[in-house]
Amino acid sequence: MTPAVVARAGPLHRLPAGLKLAAATAGVVGLAFAPRDAFAVFGGGAAVVVLLVLLSRVPPGRFLRRLLLVEPFAAGAALLALFPPGGLLWFLGLLARTTLCLALLILLTLTTRFTDLLGVLRRIRLPRLFVTTLALAHRYLFVLAEEAARLRRARKSRTFSRRRGAAWRGSAAVAAGLFIRSFDRAERVHRAMRARGLPE
Amino acid sequence: MHIPDGFLDVKTAAAGFVLAGAALGLALRSARRALPPERVPLLGLAAAFLFAAQMLNFPVAGGTSGHLLGATLAAVLLGPGAAAVAMASVLTLQCLLFADGGLTALGANLLNMAVIAPAVGYAAYSLAFRAAGRTPRACLFAAAWGAWCSTVVAALCAAGQLSLSGLAPAGVVFPAMALVHMLIGLFEAAITALVLAAVMKARPDLLTGGEEAPPARAAGLVPIGLCVAAALALFVAPFACGWPDGLEHVAERLGFAMRAAEITALPAPLPDYAIPGLDPAVLSAALAGLAGTAAAFLASWLFARALAPRPRVEGSGRA
Repeated sequence: MTPAVVARAGPLHRLPAGLKLAAATAGVVGLAFAPRDAFAVFGGGAAVVVLLVLLSRVPPGRFLRRLLLVEPFAAGAALLALFPPGGLLWFLGLLARTTLCLALLILLTLTTRFTDLLGVLRRIRLPRLFVTTLALAHRYLFVLAEEAARLRRARKSRTFSRRRGAAWRGSAAVAAGLFIRSFDRAERVHRAMRARGLPE
Repeated sequence: MHIPDGFLDVKTAAAGFVLAGAALGLALRSARRALPPERVPLLGLAAAFLFAAQMLNFPVAGGTSGHLLGATLAAVLLGPGAAAVAMASVLTLQCLLFADGGLTALGANLLNMAVIAPAVGYAAYSLAFRAAGRTPRACLFAAAWGAWCSTVVAALCAAGQLSLSGLAPAGVVFPAMALVHMLIGLFEAAITALVLAAVMKARPDLLTGGEEAPPARAAGLVPIGLCVAAALALFVAPFACGWPDGLEHVAERLGFAMRAAEITALPAPLPDYAIPGLDPAVLSAALAGLAGTAAAFLASWLFARALAPRPRVEGSGRA
């Protein structure tokens, strides 16, 4: 996923993670709290985002796919803004603001390894336990997602019912199996950490 | 319920960060104290589990499907402090890895889904669990009920944040969010009970639901409860009374005269006992809310009855 993209380094990939996170945060804060009718700001922001995408040599198709994946949720929520009088302009402003913030965050994630971001979070003194939890969650996220896919495949190959109730029970059983496996895995991970010198 | 960037104003976003930071700091401390050292990696794996479990599809109707949110499930399986830390990791990962949920709204999202959802879910769960007699069936019922409550309360808090930011009047945001999440809550309740029932069947030793939290652990959770109360007071309470005005305002602006017709068409249960200062609209909203809550309570009960483990051995073991 992300690591594969990061490996194809462009100029943005090589910048230090802390700098990119700070710049993205500044950009997002500036845009998210801009007035909703500041269309000049949004236009400028859009130009900067397009420039950065081209500069970063991130495949534009991949960038757009990621954006399209999250955009519907933002657009759906933005529909609420249509209610007050003069809502359409507000809606468009809100949508522009949100989309630009999304684009900046996506660009950040496409050009920065998550482990580098974790390093930054550790350096800015986020609680150690939280950063460790984030690191472990990231490490095992894809492992467990794969395990879930395997459990689902195993169940599908033995289930002949197409009824919804069966599908629900099946998914619930997969979730339960996944929890039990992650519980047991946590114990093994702890033993492995101890074996490698984790202080008690 | 993930609020994106650009939806919250500065004061709401800042308040979200302050409250979420305080509550999560406390939750981390309580988790550090309550968790035995060999369970520390469990926080990370639980977060990964929640993330992966959210990818499982539960078909609803017409090709649409929903997924688990998991705050109450995690609180029942791991305890509320650990659940808060695990949910916070999930939300942070979703924000920094997949741009799901805004960076400026991260504080508010953490507050709603990693602090309020597990806290409210666990509180409702433990109250109902004790009241219903501490049986496996009581555990399933209480978990379903807790899941419903946590979804609705978290959504109300999000609605408060959105309307406090001036996104749309409270009279629009609150009913919309409440209605949608009362339905989503039923869904969450069903999945939570189903997953718990499956865990119960396969590994009953993992469910500590039978034991009561030791007093030291419970005491560590009081400050978190205070943070939750502060959040609700800040984001939901101001609208509890302002809501009908907003509703009237919107009704006027949108020009739908349906409201009046609706009120006369629905015979008020206490027509002559109009409480001074209480608008019929508030009354009907409150009654609708109460009816929905009672229905969810009943549904949780019936569902748990149907799900509770029976001596019969079923063919659906572990995959």
